[in-house]
Amino acid sequence: MNAILFYSTIAVYLLAMIAYLAYLAKPSESLGKNARRLITAGFIIHIVFTLDRYIEAGHTPITNMHESLSFFSMSVVGVFLFFERRFKILVLGSFVTPVAFLLLAISAIFPTALKPLNPALQSKWLLVHTVVAFFGYASFAVAAGAAAIYLIQENLLKKKRLGGIFQRLPSLNTLDEINYRCLTLGFPLLTVAIISGAIWAETAWGTYWSWDPKETWSLITWFIYAALLHGRLTTGWRGKKAAILSIIGFFVMLFTFLGVNLLMSGLHSYK
Amino acid sequence: MNIVVVGLSHKTATVEVREKVAFAPTHMEKPLHALVALDDITEGVIVSTCNRVEIYVTTRDIAGGIARVKRFLADHHKVSLEWLEPHLYAHHGEEAIRHVFRVASSLDSMVVGEPQILGQIKTSYGYAAEYKSSGIILNRFLHKAFSVAKRVRTETKIASSAVSVAFAAVELARKIFNDLSDKTVMLIGAGEMCELAAKHFLNNGVRGLMVTNRTFERAEKLADEFEGKAVRFDDLFDQLHKADIILSSTGAPHTIIGAGDLTEVMRRRKQKPMFFIDIAIPRDIDPAVNDVENVYLFTVDDLQEVVSANLQQRAEEARKAEEIVSQEIGQFFKWLSSLEVTPTIIALRSRFDEIRRAELEKTLANWKDLPPDGQKRLEALTNAIMNKLLHPPTSLIKKAGQGGRTDLYVDALRALFELEIGGAAEEELGELEE
Repeated sequence: MNAILFYSTIAVYLLAMIAYLAYLAKPSESLGKNARRLITAGFIIHIVFTLDRYIEAGHTPITNMHESLSFFSMSVVGVFLFFERRFKILVLGSFVTPVAFLLLAISAIFPTALKPLNPALQSKWLLVHTVVAFFGYASFAVAAGAAAIYLIQENLLKKKRLGGIFQRLPSLNTLDEINYRCLTLGFPLLTVAIISGAIWAETAWGTYWSWDPKETWSLITWFIYAALLHGRLTTGWRGKKAAILSIIGFFVMLFTFLGVNLLMSGLHSYK
Repeated sequence: MNIVVVGLSHKTATVEVREKVAFAPTHMEKPLHALVALDDITEGVIVSTCNRVEIYVTTRDIAGGIARVKRFLADHHKVSLEWLEPHLYAHHGEEAIRHVFRVASSLDSMVVGEPQILGQIKTSYGYAAEYKSSGIILNRFLHKAFSVAKRVRTETKIASSAVSVAFAAVELARKIFNDLSDKTVMLIGAGEMCELAAKHFLNNGVRGLMVTNRTFERAEKLADEFEGKAVRFDDLFDQLHKADIILSSTGAPHTIIGAGDLTEVMRRRKQKPMFFIDIAIPRDIDPAVNDVENVYLFTVDDLQEVVSANLQQRAEEARKAEEIVSQEIGQFFKWLSSLEVTPTIIALRSRFDEIRRAELEKTLANWKDLPPDGQKRLEALTNAIMNKLLHPPTSLIKKAGQGGRTDLYVDALRALFELEIGGAAEEELGELEE
């Protein structure tokens, strides 16, 4: 049952991605609507899959690589749907759905078996800490998606190549606004994730902070986004500069999430 | 019943001719009533815009109808038909339908895709409806034309792109700022194109306008005209940071804004984007300005390129629109043809029935020893013969009606059996259609 839900989600995300890419190539109202229907359906199946796994496992299903990537993918789609509804920018899906699909497809490579929960993770903090962290990551992912489109659009505008693709992508201001909103959503979430992690560490390991690689890199990520937000609010780091920084921030975040777990050993290296 | 179109447009007549035969929108009652009072003209609509004057009517006799409408147009405007005739075109049948669908879809306009024409036809039809000069056929016809125009608008991009430099500037600004309602435009210098662009920006809802000129009085005059704010030329760099969109067209022999000037301006704006449009020749704004972060510089040539690309796209979209029109013609023509079918069948039946009854009466009157159920049996017999005879032509003409090709059969039946089709049958059909 769980496996069926999982592979259905992958399949529906794949279809949604194809629809969104086709929409980017040749926009039409019906295609856009269907693409959104597909990604919404995929998202619902994905939620059902996650809940089903939660019930089966008896704990928050974010305890190994497979589950984490899957949850990350789901959060990305969730944040995307939230912003898509607000800004009515269908074309954002053409950039976000491939990410969601890839994350989920990669998660299938990792062992999917349910294992008894590591005693260190048996805590009510598991739910808060991981869910908040992943929604934070997802916000940064969507911010980076908007930033990538911004860079394309700004480049076309500077070079005065105002043909088809330029017409289809949203205005610079809208993209900058989405980027900013995502950051203002992602940053508090990341902050809460770090604080909740510290509190949990204190109860589990007896210390708030132990410079575990995950902790160190989370802090680096936090500083990058803090600097970016500060720059935006005070000295007008907007547009291109902000776009580049939020893409850099996204890669650092990705390293915090994946690199640390796969390459370094520490308290967080669940595999 | 045939739909006939008689008219002239920018393609066949100069403005001098067009204005002589234009109808005043405030005085439509008389001409519309005069039009439908003509012999064999049952319904009529008059469309009169600055680029075309067209009359749509329904008539039995195509050639006669066209001649009568042409005569009407000349007489009404007191011009000689000989002088007017070379400018007129006339269409009937499928061509008339195609013509009106194309006009409504703005495929026959001077600027293909311009949106006004549909509204103008709707207004013209409104008069015809108000003064009751249009009926079942033209009502249906024009509503169909409106829906075709709507389909063309939604399914093609014929009207979606800017085809003037001023409008292209507004569209580009939207691609940068998205919302223009909190943006300020600054005009540097004066000039026709500059003012036209400023007008377009104001029509598209920018918040404010600033005007500067080397001669402050001229700046004030222009500012008054646009309800903007005049700025002294010496204060340009003090005020520039307040402007989001800058239109420049001074007669200066050298550039007046360089990339270096913008460092301070951008700092004061907190790096909010600026959109410069340089209309002057020689240029007012150093091309290097385009390299400043969050600043976008366009010249008239750049905008002209956008416009040419859009015009080309429109031509492509127009081809798609023509296809839509062609599809819809078939459908409407089928309906129009089917209008003829039912009354013809009814007339044919009543003609047969008339003969049957007359002959039956004659026979019965002289028949002395008729058995008790004889009359009933004779009725049944003659009825059966009549129905058997009528069946093949009836089903054939109905089938032809579905294919939209009924003229031949309808005309043949009418001639062969001397059918007369009055208004009554058509009215009945009209009720059925409702």
